[in-house]
Amino acid sequence: MPEVILSAQDLVKHYPIRSGVLRRVAGQVKAVDGVSFDLHKGETLGIVGESGCGKSTLGRLLMRLEEPTSGKVIFGGEDWSGASGRKLRQMRRNIQIVFQDPYTSLNPRMTVGDIVGEPLEIHSDVVPKGGRRKRVQELLDLVGLNPEHINRYPHQFSGGQRQRIGIARGIALNPSVLVCDEPVSALDVSVQAQVVNLMEKLQDELGLAYVFIAHDLSVVRHISDRVGVMYLGRMAELGEEDEVYSRPTHPYTQALLSAVPVPDPTLRGKRDQIVLQGDVPSPANPPSGCRFHTRCWKAQEVCTIDEPELEMRPDGVGAHLSRCHFAEPRLILETVDVSDVEPDTRFAGTEVQDMSDLGSGLGAAGGGEDLGSSAADAGVERSSALHPDTDQAPQDTTRLVDEQPGDDRPTR
Amino acid sequence: MTTTQDTTTPKEKTSGVTYTPEDGLLLEVEDLYVEFHTPDGIATAINGVSFDLHQGESLAILGESGSGKSVTAQAIMGILDMPPAVIPGGHIRYCGQDLLSMPEDQRRRTRGPEVSMIFQDALSSLNPVFPVGWQIAEMFRMHRGVNKSDALQQAIRLMERVQIPAARDRVKAYPHQFSGGMRQRIMIAMAIALDPAVLIADEPTTALDVTVQAQIMALLEELQQERQMGLILITHDLGVVADVADRIAVMYAGRFVEKADVVELYSAPAHPYTRGLLESIPRLDQKGQTLAAIGGLPPNLMRIPPGCPFNPRCRRAEDVCRRDRPELREVVPGRLAACHFAEEVINA
Amino acid sequence: MTDAAVAEVTVAEPRDAGTREEERSLASDAWRALRHNPIFWVSAVLIAVFTLMAIWPSLFTNTDPREAILAESRSRPGDGTWFGRDIQGYDIYARCIYGARASILVGVLTTTMVVVIGGGIGMISGYLGGVWDATFSRIGDIFFSIPLLLGAIIFLSSLPEFFNENYFLVIMKVVLALAFLGWPSLARLMRSSVIQVKPNDYVQAARALGASPSRIIRSHILPNSLAPLIVVATISLGGYIAIEATLSFLGIGLQPPAISWGIDISAAIVGLRTTPHMLFFPSLFLSLAVLGFILMGDAVRDALDPKTR
Repeated sequence: MPEVILSAQDLVKHYPIRSGVLRRVAGQVKAVDGVSFDLHKGETLGIVGESGCGKSTLGRLLMRLEEPTSGKVIFGGEDWSGASGRKLRQMRRNIQIVFQDPYTSLNPRMTVGDIVGEPLEIHSDVVPKGGRRKRVQELLDLVGLNPEHINRYPHQFSGGQRQRIGIARGIALNPSVLVCDEPVSALDVSVQAQVVNLMEKLQDELGLAYVFIAHDLSVVRHISDRVGVMYLGRMAELGEEDEVYSRPTHPYTQALLSAVPVPDPTLRGKRDQIVLQGDVPSPANPPSGCRFHTRCWKAQEVCTIDEPELEMRPDGVGAHLSRCHFAEPRLILETVDVSDVEPDTRFAGTEVQDMSDLGSGLGAAGGGEDLGSSAADAGVERSSALHPDTDQAPQDTTRLVDEQPGDDRPTR
Repeated sequence: MTTTQDTTTPKEKTSGVTYTPEDGLLLEVEDLYVEFHTPDGIATAINGVSFDLHQGESLAILGESGSGKSVTAQAIMGILDMPPAVIPGGHIRYCGQDLLSMPEDQRRRTRGPEVSMIFQDALSSLNPVFPVGWQIAEMFRMHRGVNKSDALQQAIRLMERVQIPAARDRVKAYPHQFSGGMRQRIMIAMAIALDPAVLIADEPTTALDVTVQAQIMALLEELQQERQMGLILITHDLGVVADVADRIAVMYAGRFVEKADVVELYSAPAHPYTRGLLESIPRLDQKGQTLAAIGGLPPNLMRIPPGCPFNPRCRRAEDVCRRDRPELREVVPGRLAACHFAEEVINA
Repeated sequence: MTDAAVAEVTVAEPRDAGTREEERSLASDAWRALRHNPIFWVSAVLIAVFTLMAIWPSLFTNTDPREAILAESRSRPGDGTWFGRDIQGYDIYARCIYGARASILVGVLTTTMVVVIGGGIGMISGYLGGVWDATFSRIGDIFFSIPLLLGAIIFLSSLPEFFNENYFLVIMKVVLALAFLGWPSLARLMRSSVIQVKPNDYVQAARALGASPSRIIRSHILPNSLAPLIVVATISLGGYIAIEATLSFLGIGLQPPAISWGIDISAAIVGLRTTPHMLFFPSLFLSLAVLGFILMGDAVRDALDPKTR
């Protein structure tokens, strides 16, 4: 396994609840309560959980946008939770973040060039001043946007395009870790796939490691190598993607998986549905013992007293980390391995270029200029994206559009 | 508990008007158009949409944002703000009577008790300054003329029916004191309070967590079966549709591009857009999947491209697609699609 | 509800405006909306005229406003002068023209000071929060509790004689009084505006990139939180002009021989019934000036805050 690049060690974040006139601390919201994991170079660690489980706070702790109450974040062997000033700025180059909401994550009063160029201005030694504009254009091209659009403002872009801009900003300094906080959950289904494919492409090309925080278990399964399941500020289960999805041992993971609707009506009523009772308890007042025992169908007396450790527990084939006294694997849904199946590219493509000009441009009174410029300027990659073929499925089924030169759809 | 309604007998509402569905046909939307007149131009949000809804049937309207699926629901409910919205054409018939040509007060008396709606955001749909029990009871008082204490009793029964724990103690609680899932249950309680024949659920679980989503969808399904309501589920989630709907209509740029039985549609979509959507979602039960994406964006509703509205994003598009608008037609018995090459797509 | 419907419609067309490379700075943003607004043009003309009057009164009249022709005192409009003459025999038209300077100066200087002080303090308390916020907010509350007029009277009467030495110092005296009492409302506004902008993800992104606080404020917070400040500042500019006139009317603001609408209104009171024109014309000028700025503020608010549209 490649070296560990980022490591969270027993991270804790408690927010004080103040009340009364004197603003006395009346309690603590235990948003993140002792989370540890390692992130290896070039891998994707998915973090899933329901709202209020602390996954977003975890992302912010990793980024040092919040100071942990206790615990450490080790980056490349150095404790970066203690760093400050110059040192902190240096380390920020290596770890960056992509936010959920494409509408609030970009400053509406700055051009795309300024937004993507801001990291280069802050860290002015990375790219000399004269080369910055060119670098920004390279970055835009890399995330599949038209480099000519450098002077546009965020409101001129769609949600998916804005998310690409956010990603371009995130990778501008060549970080080795990108924390992605729900990067596709605000996007439409058809656009989600474009962004996910882009992120996979960038990972392959740049060797990025992702911490992919999301509530959508299907997306997380798709993109992640390893997955951590969080519940009420704690990691309930952590393991390889296959271990967690095919052989979950924690009842919460099992319930979560069974609750996800699968887009296959033939499975209706045939799936192992576990309907949990009640809601997630408040993180201000988490249950004693195992935090899940209030909703767990397996709970015994011991669960209300002793908190189980996150440790290796057998899952039928091997063992992976799980935090349950009565951990046992349960097959929630049959996994089909489709890695050898070539995607059908007759109706949907696997390219990563943004092709929004396509959708709204045609027939548009003012859109003609766009189409002209995009087709003319973006060069080979763009036109290849515009000509997905209909008959010959490309031999190469990776997501790299650059490597699909064989496309020859007739021009518009 | 609540009484199960014998759905074949006409329902008597306080309005005095009775509606009898003929052959179980509840709602008939025919060639509906909705436009938004904005300072920048006219946006055609719905562009000739037709569908039927029968008793006990659940129809899913699937689409992305801007497809017009929510506007359809709002047009049926009569809650579009006009202006800017304009309905230049079409009919919405409830049990044979056209809601759009009815006088305003009759329409209100019909829509209220007969057709009701659940919204995505329960918190903003509930009035924050009144207790939830009071808000449910108000429905009975307004439409049924029930006295205060009886109405509250009925409200409690309803809250129990939607599985709100300790309902009796919580009738006096305010909306903010409930969790998102519980608030959605309260919304459902209010929506079914008057025994509507048609229930429209507009993204009812989008704001909720998966475990709660499963609970709410299970509850909705159960209620629909129990009361034989016609359910219109508006959503963008292909998974949710697969779990609950009987029939599905896929909406794109204000039109239905495909209408079919759910099982058939998922196994062999007849429109390239549907097909693309199905291929672009990551599946929980698959690994090593390569996601296919539909390029581009849905069109600007003020400038819908000529020909097929999907043609700029379609890989199968030919000249005819850029020229002629394909009508929704029967491809194989029971399967409707608006694509010149639907036969090819369905057999692909 | 239909907001949602409209939103759904508009979401689908984010590139609607994207066909041209549009500016998105605060000014150009406002300009796009303003230029179609007739109210903006009316108020702009009013403000332009009054500003011109303040800078070059000689453009409008050749008459010396201090030239007293006692023989023609209280003459009616049209009897040799446009607006008639007052008790002292001054030409009312010339007085009205020259009176603009005091009003505009007080209005503009006070607004500038209030924006700088209030905006600065609002930014500090909004951005830093915590103790700073608590301290400044409480200080602001104390100032808030002083009635503006009463406070100004006390403030002005307690200033040393030094301030009565020349025209400019007299103006500054009034400006200081108004700014001293006026900053908390803008500070409060700026604070809430900053607090709204601060949690936005783009600010967090800049922090994650290691941007310095000054950079974050300069390029992210300020441009996005300035709009309400500009609106309120424009409207209150008109208000300050009115207050200046009030103070002068009461005899504690500007004093003769300075020329101010307030002073002339005060002097005209004696002839309220017999010579109403002496009261009418300075009052008209005062009202038009105040109206000009308030209308401008409204137009700017409509332009900068799309929510009210």
